[in-house]
Amino acid sequence: MAHIPDGVLSAPVLVTGALLSAGLLAVALRRLDYAALPQAAVLAAAFFVSSLISIPLGLSSAHLLLNGLMGLLLGWTAVPALFVALVLQAAFFGYGGVVVLGVNTLNIALPALLCAAALRPLLGRAGPKAVFGIGAAAGAAGVLLTAALVALSLGLSGESFWPAAKAVLVIYVPLALVEALVTGTVLSFLKRVAPEMLPGAEARHA
Amino acid sequence: MPSPLAPSAQGTFARRDPRLLILALVLFALVTVSLERIGATGLALALAVLVVFAAGLPPRLLLRRLALLEGLMLALLLTLPFTVPGAPVLALGPFAASAEGLHKAALIALKANAVVLAMLGLLGGLEAPALGHALGRLGLPDKLVHLLLLTVRQIARLDDELGRLRRAMRARAFVPRSNRHTWASYGNLIGMLLVRSLERARRVEAAMRCRGFHGRFYLLDSQRWRGADTAWLLALLPLCAGLVALDRLA
Repeated sequence: MAHIPDGVLSAPVLVTGALLSAGLLAVALRRLDYAALPQAAVLAAAFFVSSLISIPLGLSSAHLLLNGLMGLLLGWTAVPALFVALVLQAAFFGYGGVVVLGVNTLNIALPALLCAAALRPLLGRAGPKAVFGIGAAAGAAGVLLTAALVALSLGLSGESFWPAAKAVLVIYVPLALVEALVTGTVLSFLKRVAPEMLPGAEARHA
Repeated sequence: MPSPLAPSAQGTFARRDPRLLILALVLFALVTVSLERIGATGLALALAVLVVFAAGLPPRLLLRRLALLEGLMLALLLTLPFTVPGAPVLALGPFAASAEGLHKAALIALKANAVVLAMLGLLGGLEAPALGHALGRLGLPDKLVHLLLLTVRQIARLDDELGRLRRAMRARAFVPRSNRHTWASYGNLIGMLLVRSLERARRVEAAMRCRGFHGRFYLLDSQRWRGADTAWLLALLPLCAGLVALDRLA
């Protein structure tokens, strides 16, 4: 759902998206150490595989986006990890397109970064209940911000796209609720089972 | 269980250099996106269908992956005829579909599917690592290529792991429904997947260090650009130029 296909957006939107994504990727790659690559790859793969699960939602079913979770767990590394997952989804499943890859990356990676910036610092000293709340907030924010960016990409491409953009926003609301619940559960599970995976835990253990 | 990234086609393009396939795809996508008339765009779609047939993709798989039936596309195709101002051709109560709107919706449907088909046709026969190597040789940053290669490797393992975990859930009589219990269960499932995969990542990293990994990979493969690849690329250029010319001049 978050993958905009080719042929929809206008040239200025496509170029802006590509440039901004390239910029974010460059910054994220400079911060990424080679030694951290195996871990980032595993999480990118987990993200890719989890997004294949179809989750029943009302009469239909949905796929998880998980960009909020990626942001929380990976921080800046979420950008290249999400980019890689998008490339693979495009090449092997035909999701999205070629020229829109930059816009799609931006729409999904920017919310992940915002979640990381806003919520990651809180994780270090949060209790089990608060961890669920932080996860839920990241899940909902990831989906809703992506929806807003998708709508914005459509709206900026032409006046006539606004109704469809609004429809997209409405469709995403139930998805955000499910994603909030799932992401919250993932985080409280990690807090119980593997607290060392959550950011902020290293400081206390090392 | 086959890997989700297993190549789906073995046809004409399997023997070509993956770099040629990527370049051809990008070129084709850029040209297709820039087209403005139904005729030329339809021709691009026909070309993409031709590519798919040449690649020998199984038709059932194709139908599932067409961009037409996806949520976002549906929203666009249903609203555009009514939101683009122009001469009304069809009235549905208070709403009137304009010719310009129908034209725009058709154009988007043609373009999106042309690019998706070309993408699946051209890249469908590639092994995922070959795609990574080709992207690296085309100038994608080193770290990104390595991340891609490692991710491809991990996806196959994690997909197995996910299969095991879901079988375990089914063995405990779990049936997915649209309720809170299901969503929380999937949360725990993903959490478990993350925990197990991170354990694996630590082992992988330790094993790599044991084998002398010091922060650099070397791309070892036998991709070789042949004369035939150049010929294909040269044949593609006038084709694309022809499409653009048809679009602008006709």
